Amino acid sequence: MALESPSLTDRFKLGLEAPICLTWELTYACNLACVHCLSSSGRRDPRELSTSEAKALIDEMAELKIFYVNIGGGEPMIRSDFFEIIDHCVDRGVGVKFSTNGTRLDAEKAERLAKSDYVDVQISLDGADAVTNDAVRGEGSYDAAIQAMENLVAANFGQFKISVVMTRHNIPQLDAFEALADHYGAQLRLTRLRPSGRGADTWDELHPTAGQQRELYDWLITRTNVLTGDSFFHLSAFGDALDGLNLCGAGRVVCLIDPVGDVYACPFVIHDEFLAGNVRDPGAFTSVWRDSDLFRSLREPSSAGACASCGSYDACQGGCMAAKFFTGIPLDGPDPECVYGHGETAMAKVAVELRPGPSVDHSARVPVRLGVSS
Amino acid sequence: MPASSPDVVTDFDLDQAWRKHPQVALREEAFGALAYHYGNRRLIFLKSPELVVVVRDLENYPSARAALDALIPVDAHGSYERALARLVESEVICGA
Repeated sequence: MALESPSLTDRFKLGLEAPICLTWELTYACNLACVHCLSSSGRRDPRELSTSEAKALIDEMAELKIFYVNIGGGEPMIRSDFFEIIDHCVDRGVGVKFSTNGTRLDAEKAERLAKSDYVDVQISLDGADAVTNDAVRGEGSYDAAIQAMENLVAANFGQFKISVVMTRHNIPQLDAFEALADHYGAQLRLTRLRPSGRGADTWDELHPTAGQQRELYDWLITRTNVLTGDSFFHLSAFGDALDGLNLCGAGRVVCLIDPVGDVYACPFVIHDEFLAGNVRDPGAFTSVWRDSDLFRSLREPSSAGACASCGSYDACQGGCMAAKFFTGIPLDGPDPECVYGHGETAMAKVAVELRPGPSVDHSARVPVRLGVSS
Repeated sequence: MPASSPDVVTDFDLDQAWRKHPQVALREEAFGALAYHYGNRRLIFLKSPELVVVVRDLENYPSARAALDALIPVDAHGSYERALARLVESEVICGA
């Protein structure tokens, strides 16, 4: 009967009947090669779900009352059945939020999206100008993203989102991103750079400095209309909690279905260690979510470990599991970007060579390099 | 998307007839339920199984007061009244 207690966060830690935030990556194929790509995308995987398998999965999401799905990739619009898939989602009452680099979002596609009732679009942009953006996302990617935004505006799509991964080079552009979003009537969405996928190779040089993390927190705390995907909860240790659930939702409220149907604990841990099962297994996604050993263990009470004596543990919950894992920090250790600097101390104990490398890589067979050094 | 305004509580008339908003879907969970509004695309948490029953069955009563009388012990009416007022604000329930 108690309406105010216990806290929802505590209840969420025990897991739910179905995820709240389900990310579904449709393909590993991508025409860009961003240096921080979480999924090391590039080449299509021949085992990717067929159209009929994708539709069966959507039917299952509808039965589980998953109200919306976050679609990504790779570049999801590369799939020839992209519209067939999102139309099936909408028909089944599963709303779509999809992320795109915008390169395939021409005037005709923008018109088509504008006619869909229940589709949100996120255009990825990692710099407020071409130089900053293209250094990370590749030459021409800024112009392509801007063109996609122009197309959405021309088609009267309504409010779309501009999705930015925060790096050392674009934190000074926070106000510029906000102005850009205002210019297009868009909503700004900022997310955290993770050392996942190809991000493992570039995190050391791209992740925000300690001073920039403070700057980002101070900026976010005064904004009510900027989305963050709850990704900066490690910064809540600075003081007041940021909007959101403020916990690691991996396997509890969040998971990822990758293009071949593999189910991982979150979008930032595409690694064998966090693989819970496959939607092609008997019992399909529902069984993986409810019964996999991995997800059951993630819902067990966890110890605060090395952070137990820190007065801010309740605020930051020890930070991001993926960020710890890929920087070689024990999962009960501090976040690598712990605002007190404990992460840097923990990382210093692990040689870079001993960090867990990726176990899945679909990068194109050419080296992916940071465009400019600054 | 409307900005959230958790501190603002609209006038909530306990003696009026209310119902779950037709664009809201509920997913029951151990703690209560997720309520998703397909119109404003907001996700709201209903923090007790009893509140879920109230929201679901409101439309079967001539007023919110009648629903609380039937479903909730008197000493808890105050907190449920406040919860329903917040759900008017987030459009999880609306006038019947």
